[in-house]
Amino acid sequence: MQQQELIPHLFRTEYRKIISVLCKYFGFAQMEIAEDIASDTFMTAAQTWGLNGTPKNPTAWLYTVAKNKAKNYLHHNALFKNKIVPEIKKASENFREEEIDLSSENINDSQLQMMFAICHPSIAIEAQIGLSLRILCGFGIEEISDAFLTNKEAINKRLFRAKEKLREEKIRIEFPNAEEIDERLAAVLRTIYLLFSEGYYSESTNETIRKELCFEAIRLCTMLVENRSTNKPEVNALLALMYFHASRLDARVNENGELVLYDEQDTNLWNPEMISKGAYYLKCAATGNTISKYHLEAAIAYWNTQKEDTKEKWENILQLYNRLLQIEYSPVAALNRTFALAKARGKEAAIIEAEKLKLADDHFYFTLLGELYTGIDNDKANEHFQKALSLAKTKTDKQTIQKKIDRL
Amino acid sequence: MDEYALIMRHEDGTKIASPEQMEIWMKQTMDWIGGIAAQNKFVSGTGLPFDGARVVKTTNAKKVVTNGPFGEIKETIGGFITVKADSIDEAVEFAKGCPVLQGEGNTVEVRRIIKGDGVH
Repeated sequence: MQQQELIPHLFRTEYRKIISVLCKYFGFAQMEIAEDIASDTFMTAAQTWGLNGTPKNPTAWLYTVAKNKAKNYLHHNALFKNKIVPEIKKASENFREEEIDLSSENINDSQLQMMFAICHPSIAIEAQIGLSLRILCGFGIEEISDAFLTNKEAINKRLFRAKEKLREEKIRIEFPNAEEIDERLAAVLRTIYLLFSEGYYSESTNETIRKELCFEAIRLCTMLVENRSTNKPEVNALLALMYFHASRLDARVNENGELVLYDEQDTNLWNPEMISKGAYYLKCAATGNTISKYHLEAAIAYWNTQKEDTKEKWENILQLYNRLLQIEYSPVAALNRTFALAKARGKEAAIIEAEKLKLADDHFYFTLLGELYTGIDNDKANEHFQKALSLAKTKTDKQTIQKKIDRL
Repeated sequence: MDEYALIMRHEDGTKIASPEQMEIWMKQTMDWIGGIAAQNKFVSGTGLPFDGARVVKTTNAKKVVTNGPFGEIKETIGGFITVKADSIDEAVEFAKGCPVLQGEGNTVEVRRIIKGDGVH
C-alpha cells in the first residue's frame, strides 16, 4: 500500500482499537485524554514516517508509541501523582501503571465493552450513532458530518453532549451482567440497525461513506456474534438482514447517482457472497423460542434476494409483514405489507386496504396509492402521484415519483 | 381512543376442523389481524384452544369441575383480540372482517375495555 493511503487506512482500523483500550483505561471522565493520545500518535506517525519512511510493522509501531505517550502523560501529570496513585494503590496489587494492554484479546473486549457503554439508553440515539462512528469505527468528524448531511460544529456539539452525559450518568465501560444483557443488547442492536440504515438510505452524495457505514454496522454486529455471551438469535438475525440488504448496494445507484428501484436493478450487480452470508446467519438465527422483529425482517429480506415474481414469494412476504406489524407497527411496514398484498392477491384488494391506512403526510403512501391505481384508474393514479410529489422533500424521491408519472 | 375486545365464539365448539381447513383459517386470521395492525390499531391477540379446558360451576352450593369448554355452553369462545378504535362503530367494522363469521351462527362480540384510571 502506498504511504499516502497507509495512514488513513490504519487510522480507520487502528484508531478505534487504540482508543477503546485507552478509553477503558482512562474512563469516560478523562476521555479527551484518550482521544488526544490516540490522535497524537497518528500525528506523530504522519510526521516521522514521511521523513524516515514507513516502519516494518506499522501497527506495532503505532501501539508502542501510543503506550509511551500514555505513560508519559501519566508520569508528567500532577493529577496522576496526587489523585490516581492513591486510588491505584487502593485497587489491586497486580496493577501496574504502565499496563496498557494492546493485545488482540483486550482490544476485542474493550471494543465490545465500549459498544455497550456508548449504546446506553440514557444517551440520545443520534449521539449514540455519532459516538459509535467516532470511537468504534474511527470516522473523522468531517466524514460523520457528511454522512448525516450536517456540519462539523453540529457533530462536535453532539459528541460533546454525549460524552458529558456518559460522565454525568457515570456509565461504566464494562460488560453488562447476565440479567441486564438482553435489555442492553436490544439498545446496541437498535443503534447498529440505525447505523446501517444511515448508510443504506442516506441522502449523502458520498457513495464511499454510505457503503462504509453499512459495512461498519456489519462489522460491529459480527463482533457481537463472535462473542459467546452476545451470540444470540436476534443478533444473528440482524446480521443476516444487513447482509441481504447490502448485497444490492452496488445495484441501487446508477452512474448518475440516481436511485435504481428494485424492479429495474441489474441482478448481475447483486453480490452472491453477501446473499450466502445472509443465508448462513439466518440459519444460525433459527434457534431459541422467540421470534424477534429482526428475524421477520431478515426473512423478508431473504425473499427480496429472490428476484422472480412468484406467488409464493409474495404470499410469504405478506404473512411475514402480518406478523411484523403485530410486534411493531411502522408506516413503512404497513406500506410494504400493502404492496405485498397487491402482488399476492391483486391490486383491487390492496386498494381497499391501502385506503384504510390514512398516512396523510407520507409521500410514500401516495406513491403506493398511485402505483396501485396505475392501470386501473390512471386519473386517480396521477392525482395520488401529484400529491406525493408535493410532499416529497429530497431530489431523489422527487425524481423517482416523476418517473412514475411520466410512465402513466 | 379506547381499546375494544373482539370476542370470537363458535356456534358448535365440537366441530373439529381438518388440518387443511385449519391452515386456511390460520392464514385468513393472520390477514385479518395484519390488516388491523397495518392501521396501527392492533393491541394483542389471545387464542383459547378447546383442548384441556375446564369449567368450574357452583351446583347445589358445591364447586364442580367438568371438562370444558363444551359442557352446557353452546357458544364456545375461541379467543379474542384487542384493538384500538375511535368508536365502537370502528371496532365493529374490524369485527366484521373476522374469519369465524364465515360459519353460520358464529359470533364476534365487541366490548369496550375499561381504562382503569378510575374514571373511564
